[in-house]
Amino acid sequence: MFDLLKIRRRHGWTFVPDPLRASVIPPFRGRPELRPDLCTRCRRCEGVCPAAAITAEPLRIDLGRCILCGDCQEACPAGAIEFTTEHRLAAFGREALITGEGVAAAAEPAADAIRADIRRLFGRSLKLRQVSAGGCNGCEMELGACGNVNFDMGRYGVEFVASPRHADGVVVTGPVSENMAAALEDTWRAVPAPRLLIAVGSCAISGGVFAPSPALRRGFFDGHAVDLYVPGCPTHPLTFIDGVMRLIGAHSAQL
Amino acid sequence: MKGWLATRNNRSEARADAPAWTLPDLAAEIVRRCQEGLRLAAMFGVPEGGRLIVYAILADDTAARLWIAAAAAATGAAYPAITREVPAAHVFERELWEEHGLIPEGHPWLKPVRYPHDRADRTQTMAGYPFFAMAGEEVHEVAVGPVHAGVIEPGHFRFQCAGEDVHHLEIQLGYQHRGVERLLERDAVPAHPFRNRLAESIAGDTAVGHNLAYCGAMEALLGLEPTPRARSVRDVALEMERMAVHMGDLAAIANDVAYLTGNAVFGALRTRVINSSLAACGSRFGRGWIQTGGVRSDVDDALRSLILKNLGDVWSEAEGMAEKFFSSASVLSRLEKTGIVDQASAESVGLVGMAARASGVPRDVRADHPWGGYADVPLRPVTQDSGDVLARAFIRYLEIRQSLEVIRQRLEDLPDGAARSTSTHATLPPDRLAVSLVEGWRGEILHVVVTGGDGRVIRYRVKDPSVHNWFGLALAVRHNGISDFPLCNKSFNLSYCGHDL
Ligand code: SF4
Repeated sequence: MFDLLKIRRRHGWTFVPDPLRASVIPPFRGRPELRPDLCTRCRRCEGVCPAAAITAEPLRIDLGRCILCGDCQEACPAGAIEFTTEHRLAAFGREALITGEGVAAAAEPAADAIRADIRRLFGRSLKLRQVSAGGCNGCEMELGACGNVNFDMGRYGVEFVASPRHADGVVVTGPVSENMAAALEDTWRAVPAPRLLIAVGSCAISGGVFAPSPALRRGFFDGHAVDLYVPGCPTHPLTFIDGVMRLIGAHSAQL
Repeated sequence: MKGWLATRNNRSEARADAPAWTLPDLAAEIVRRCQEGLRLAAMFGVPEGGRLIVYAILADDTAARLWIAAAAAATGAAYPAITREVPAAHVFERELWEEHGLIPEGHPWLKPVRYPHDRADRTQTMAGYPFFAMAGEEVHEVAVGPVHAGVIEPGHFRFQCAGEDVHHLEIQLGYQHRGVERLLERDAVPAHPFRNRLAESIAGDTAVGHNLAYCGAMEALLGLEPTPRARSVRDVALEMERMAVHMGDLAAIANDVAYLTGNAVFGALRTRVINSSLAACGSRFGRGWIQTGGVRSDVDDALRSLILKNLGDVWSEAEGMAEKFFSSASVLSRLEKTGIVDQASAESVGLVGMAARASGVPRDVRADHPWGGYADVPLRPVTQDSGDVLARAFIRYLEIRQSLEVIRQRLEDLPDGAARSTSTHATLPPDRLAVSLVEGWRGEILHVVVTGGDGRVIRYRVKDPSVHNWFGLALAVRHNGISDFPLCNKSFNLSYCGHDL
């Protein structure tokens, strides 16, 4: 008993006091900063990108495809690509994930970009069912970490639940393998409406590095509208928590 | 060894040098060699010019040697199944059947493995999986999955129970199949031969392990030699991955026996290990740390001290926690004698990695087929002999300590010089084959790359340790209460996507 107390004491507090204000340490790769003025359009970035996420003309990165690997930054001889540690990457629309030349800087989207009922219904408590549809266990581990003693997303009333019947929405990871397509659809149908759909990680958003594979069946996303896109490979827990809190309008209430 | 081409881990061989057999003769020869003590490490088909060439790779774990042989076969050809004599071959023969339609006659368990999208027989459907079934009074089935209760990957478990007792567990996988091998074989357009980032996504909990296996094979083909410093940094990355996952698994096992302090402490310690990886390379899972030819992120003096300090702190806290955890009667009563895989079964189904070592089989690629820094500083595999959940939990604790020793040694004696990869574009030599083995935290990761006449990759074979070890889990739960399944499952913590590819 006393040993256990000693262990607890020694362990101290490990929780992140305020996940909404916390930042990730370098060299974490978050939102890229692109400098078209430095770019010589040599296209080396396009050649190394494993996810076909970058274009040199115009110089843009699609964060829905990008796995934030930084290979383009390594390859760029002009220093036109730099990744910042900004982890707040989630967006409510697919278009808003494209960043770079000629794209308006991502601003806090207008409230009408979000379905009207979401904040009223889920603003104070949100239960989510996670489905990995070909996910490599990277995003799954990070979503699991959202609930651990460090990030403790449960403090905001946001939790993953076992039964789709208890859930207010589905969080999809993975590029949607053909062999998981039916189970994903079934799980979605088992969640009572109104419900949310959240796509986590570049795989779920676009297929990611698996996009060219004929073993995928991404029809699920043609039939159902995504409410929140959360980039990353894998998505960092703070990126997910930030995105969900903004979606349900609980973010500003906390700040 | 007559009829076989001798090779080693991370060596490139001319395919023409691999002796050719007929398929039935090769099968009989493999049985003979396995009975003499060799191990079938891989067996797969390469379709080429309208026919199929089957390659077999035997491992001699006592002499750090690999042996390659080949056989040409027509589609639909039949041969006497190796599995009848060598159960560990079951999965290779099922793959050959599923992918190319070869028929292993007398195979006792000829069932689909992963339903690849380009399987030989598209009429095989996941819904039609031929489950083993039992009948009788009190006998009932429990079906779980593919979507499980937690935030984990999908797979289907079918339990045949009599009362609470599990008589048989059948595991149906394939849901995660993404066609990884075909993507690794894709023509390198636009002219980027290195697919490190894809290799890191084969199994996201083994990003470093699979990427290293990829690098090993590519470097062998390209004749690239990572610098001594790069080798050391790579070992650090691999051992940090092992430490982190083992620590997280201890947390999960503690959670399953409702020992919440253990869950919280081990879990938070894992976070510190992965955050140290983040400090090193920008990713909590070591993504982007390693690159064909070397590493992408070197370890400078400040980072070296940071890693040593963090991991040292982690260890001293883990030690105190583990001492308490592994001496608590309530914990031991759940872990001891639960989910036993005895040594003979472990050998016969071909378990690898820490699951094998927990059953007293001292199999460890770092010792048996050493590469990188493990070739310079020998490592002695840690073993346990009870083969139960306790052994698979305790061995993690011992291996965390061993990993820390490796990391300390590599960082304290870090060679000077460059570590970063300078290789970018290259073309592969034609008609070669290279085998690369890495001991990931689960066990033996095997990648084989085969190039064709024009130097393109015509076959990329991946074997995650889970391919062998899923069957170990099925054996472990036999004659255990079904409610102990989650605990047994955590004690293996196998990969779905690593298996499904
Ligand atoms: S960081 Fe993104 S855009 Fe750049 S190479 Fe990697 S995936 Fe492509």
